[in-house]
Amino acid sequence: MDRIPILKMGNLLLVSIQVDLQDQLALALQDDLSERIVQTGARGVLIDISALEIVDSFIGRMLSTIASLSRLLDAETVVVGMRPAVAITLVELGLHMPGVRTALTLEHGLALLGAEVRVRLPEDESFDDLDADLTEAADPGASPGQAVSGRAPTGRPAPAEGAWTG
Amino acid sequence: MDVGHGDDWVGPLSAERDGVLTRWIGLVGKVLRSRLSEAELARELGDLYTALLGGLREGGTDLDSESFGELRALLAELSGTRARQGFTPRETAITVFALKGAVAPVFEERDAAYHEYTRFSDFIDELGLFTFETYAQARDAVIVEQSDQLLELSTPVIKLWDGVLAVPLVGTLDSARTQVVMEKLLEALVETGSRHAIIDITGVPAVDTQVAQHLLKTVMAGQLMGADCIISGIRPQIAQTVVSLGIEFGDIITKATLAEALALALRRDGFQLRRTNTAGGR
Amino acid sequence: MSAARWAGGPAGGEVTVEQTERHPITTEADVVRVRQVVRGLAVTAKMSLVDQTKVVTAASELARNTLVYGGGGSMTVDIVHSGRRRGLRAVFVDSGPGIPDLDLALTDGWTSGSGLGLGLSGSRRLVDDFAIESSPGAGTTVRVVKWSR
Repeated sequence: MDRIPILKMGNLLLVSIQVDLQDQLALALQDDLSERIVQTGARGVLIDISALEIVDSFIGRMLSTIASLSRLLDAETVVVGMRPAVAITLVELGLHMPGVRTALTLEHGLALLGAEVRVRLPEDESFDDLDADLTEAADPGASPGQAVSGRAPTGRPAPAEGAWTG
Repeated sequence: MDVGHGDDWVGPLSAERDGVLTRWIGLVGKVLRSRLSEAELARELGDLYTALLGGLREGGTDLDSESFGELRALLAELSGTRARQGFTPRETAITVFALKGAVAPVFEERDAAYHEYTRFSDFIDELGLFTFETYAQARDAVIVEQSDQLLELSTPVIKLWDGVLAVPLVGTLDSARTQVVMEKLLEALVETGSRHAIIDITGVPAVDTQVAQHLLKTVMAGQLMGADCIISGIRPQIAQTVVSLGIEFGDIITKATLAEALALALRRDGFQLRRTNTAGGR
Repeated sequence: MSAARWAGGPAGGEVTVEQTERHPITTEADVVRVRQVVRGLAVTAKMSLVDQTKVVTAASELARNTLVYGGGGSMTVDIVHSGRRRGLRAVFVDSGPGIPDLDLALTDGWTSGSGLGLGLSGSRRLVDDFAIESSPGAGTTVRVVKWSR
């Protein structure tokens, strides 16, 4: 059977679901992910569902389970790219996904993980510097004298952009 | 309706075609002169008269029959055009009903029995009713079209700041409009990659349960997608409705004004608002 | 269930049916195919993207129920017309053990298996018309209709 590929990026795992999910495939992903988390010592999991045209209760439950499993294994999960029509349908369906954190885009998801987990890329030698950036990022008050016209180097993008796109 | 009498009328009506048409154009023109040129009117009525005679010639006075297909098509087109051009129902109906007056002399000349004229008059009434029905349908279609356009116009999604979108809602919210807003806002969040959405209802006088539920669902859907949704400008009456209806707004963030909602969104993105020049103070 | 209840159009008008298709639901791949078929017909019926998503999600839930709890069955789906509106009607039939207490089965969170218990109650909220017929030992039939706006 086909499997959904899991990519490793530093201490992150990246999953992009591009196919119409059969239930078995969803269950296999659940198993594969928890194994890979342990194997790689990953601290964060990003699941991109922007290609999914629907999320029904089964897939919703899979996402919840993955979030719970990975938390037990000391990794945070962020689901990114949920389509508006899917979100509206899930609300109507009455499906809650407790423990599942979501972000609009992959970038937002990375920033969210960056603020929570000390994410690092393999080529990133100066882990200490990144660490310092992240500490600053987590504390908006720490940035001095930012007027409203400027973008503060805090919150989501600043440290992450430097670390990920550089 | 009695079949067979239709063609009794055809002879005299075609013989006096010019006279009837002139009178008909005159009668209709009195009402519509300011809106239609005489040439236009003459062409329209001429076509109608031809189709009418054609139908009568094939026999019967049953408007639903095949022989009146062309007449029906012409009448439908005429009333549809009238409706779209904003003619009143009276202005539309007069076109058909004036035919009675135009034809009356033909019957008088022939010394036709009173019941004969009544029957012809009934037939014109049929035509009038048909015209009016299609007029009303066309008007309905225009109204639907306009309200769709209005819906589009009245729900702008605006960018307040990098990453902060807002929909200022004005006027009465119904279920359909709220749903359109909901979809438009969420689409815009994705398109622009904005993390904050503000739904401002300062301009909304009242909400019912359904609309309140839709707003709530918008916020929940936004949160599911990973965006922050804030509702601002809830009026006291709306707050009372929400509470008395027992609608659970849960952990949804509400702010008194759009300004406060924007300030909150910016703060969450790590911005600080500071006045740098004290001279600018009041 | 009264046949008249769901046979009526959105305004109680006459309903005409076209393009009837029948698909078996005996494997998980069939559930995926049901989603694709329903999506295609929802597009044909000119539904909005949100309505398409709702009806496909409902079909996915019901098809899975048919497979998992009904032991397999089929879906019959067609496009229906009422006045100017078009809609999609889907009927899911299985000959499984049936549902003893329908009211209970339509409650959020109730499940006879390992699901979330949103299959029936949730899909009912996603469509405009929902009818279910079931008795122990006689299988289950669920009919749903969604109208385009």
